[in-house]
Amino acid sequence: MGKTLAEKILSLKSHGEAEAGDVVIADVDLAFVQDTTGPLTIRQFKKSGFETLARPQQTIIFLDHAAPSPAQQLSNDHIFLRRFAGETGCPIYDVGEGICHQLVAENFANPGDVIVGADSHTVTAGALGAFATGMGSSDVAVALALGKTWFRVPESFLIELDGAFPRGVYAKDLILYLIGQIGADGANYRALEFGGEALAKMTMSQRLTIANMAVEAGAKVGLFPADKITRDFLREHDRGNKYKPLSADTGADYERVIPLNLSQLEPMLSLPHAVDKVRPVAQVKGVKIQQAFIGTCTNGRLEDLAVAAEILMGKKRHAGTRLLIAPGSRQVLIRALEKGYIESLIEAGAIILPPGCTACLGLHQGVLGDGEVCLSTANRNFKGRMGNPEAMIYLASPATAATSAIRGEITDPRDMI
Amino acid sequence: MPDLVLKGKAIKLWDDISTDDIIPGRFAHLRSNLPELAKHVLEDAAPEFASRARALTAGCEGKAILVTGKNLGLGSSREHAPVVIKMSGVGAILAKSAARIFFRNAINQGVPVLLCDTDKIGDGDELEVNVTGGRIVNLTSGITLSCGKMPPIMSAILEEGGLIPYMQKHKDFVITG
Repeated sequence: MGKTLAEKILSLKSHGEAEAGDVVIADVDLAFVQDTTGPLTIRQFKKSGFETLARPQQTIIFLDHAAPSPAQQLSNDHIFLRRFAGETGCPIYDVGEGICHQLVAENFANPGDVIVGADSHTVTAGALGAFATGMGSSDVAVALALGKTWFRVPESFLIELDGAFPRGVYAKDLILYLIGQIGADGANYRALEFGGEALAKMTMSQRLTIANMAVEAGAKVGLFPADKITRDFLREHDRGNKYKPLSADTGADYERVIPLNLSQLEPMLSLPHAVDKVRPVAQVKGVKIQQAFIGTCTNGRLEDLAVAAEILMGKKRHAGTRLLIAPGSRQVLIRALEKGYIESLIEAGAIILPPGCTACLGLHQGVLGDGEVCLSTANRNFKGRMGNPEAMIYLASPATAATSAIRGEITDPRDMI
Repeated sequence: MPDLVLKGKAIKLWDDISTDDIIPGRFAHLRSNLPELAKHVLEDAAPEFASRARALTAGCEGKAILVTGKNLGLGSSREHAPVVIKMSGVGAILAKSAARIFFRNAINQGVPVLLCDTDKIGDGDELEVNVTGGRIVNLTSGITLSCGKMPPIMSAILEEGGLIPYMQKHKDFVITG
């Protein structure tokens, strides 16, 4: 019988035949923590009696969530993590390098890898064909020490994509639409596997946006096959030798097949306070926004900044709307500078934040006030997410955020581009 | 080994309680000070939860049992969410469904999560939870609920009181089939 992508990778990494429903022990190719989950991970590691890392060079610490730190306690957590890196010899990406998931995509994730991270958006690396999933601190602590973890092999949904994005419609609109269709627990414990003819023209940046939000439907992983686009991305990032083609077998057994035609999509957004409360932007036009935020592991890549810069070039943000832009990594920032995007954005009135998670999770750099509304390109709009339970967060694409920042109210990007 | 059985009173909450509801991100600076962090459990979403749980566990009535609807713990991977629930005095969690990372984290913290039809449980009901047998007796209504089995590896982790005690003992994953 044919295997799904999830079954294929877990068979290889557990050195056996893994079928949906089985429990397997799989080798872990990369394990990582960030600064808000890392300290507990390390305390659990030490409490377990472990002293050394199974694979120091495949263990990474990222300081991205509170970067730079807004509070003495978080600064002390950073010291604790830097010291652990020093003691064990694992690499550390310090404040300002960028968001863990963006850096994993740029530097580490390869087709067929098993990746675990103490962060739910670890699923992002599924765009490269890696079985990448978020776990808690205890699980990652054990993965650091043993170089392996246990998984229940998930059943898979095949999301079959065809057609092409119409003007003003992007990968973010696609994944929001899908989550709206299946719900925030619609793929709980499952693998979302993406396939279909539209993949041939889907950039790695778009795939990363889609895989990133698989967890917002409850999924364990959001997996793309590894193809020519994966190969080109790996070559551009100096690891073309890590490429291997990877796809699900024909005849693989899917729990559900969901066909989705890109040509029929329109700009979408999530209403406060749930990611799966999805509506067409056209139905919500006119809501005043005090902040627009473009960045995060969902939409902080060069392509996202290019879309925003193109829309904002020669224009100004609305006087009543703050416009925050956070490049996903140092590399994204450098390229965006070279291409002139940053200049266009600053001239339009944007505030450029350092590469990192910034305003997304309510710690710093854009905490909302009571009753304020933010249109964000992030992946979560739970009550209180951006630091204030009295605020409201809408989620949408960078194009929708950029056009809305100009008008000061939620705007369908097709009205302006 | 005798069955793991807990008795306590239900504190009933609702569907889709996220890890941001359980412990908001704005308290991330307290994550290395768990007693301080735990004071903020469900602070915005269910402000009465902490004092109710404290009242239930202060006497000799047993543990508080958190009962929710579907998709409990959606969102972030922060293990601090089940940690602060446990620290508030909750001995077991019952839900219609739970998000996968939260589910695993709770078990790793030694907090049983049983999935069942929680519509059959009212706020304040007296419950007897047989974790090993996957059976809940609602002593208030007399109804017995059964839950699905968890994989043996999860039961084994729970029996040891969580993943860290499990690793202290076994030093590795031991799958017993």
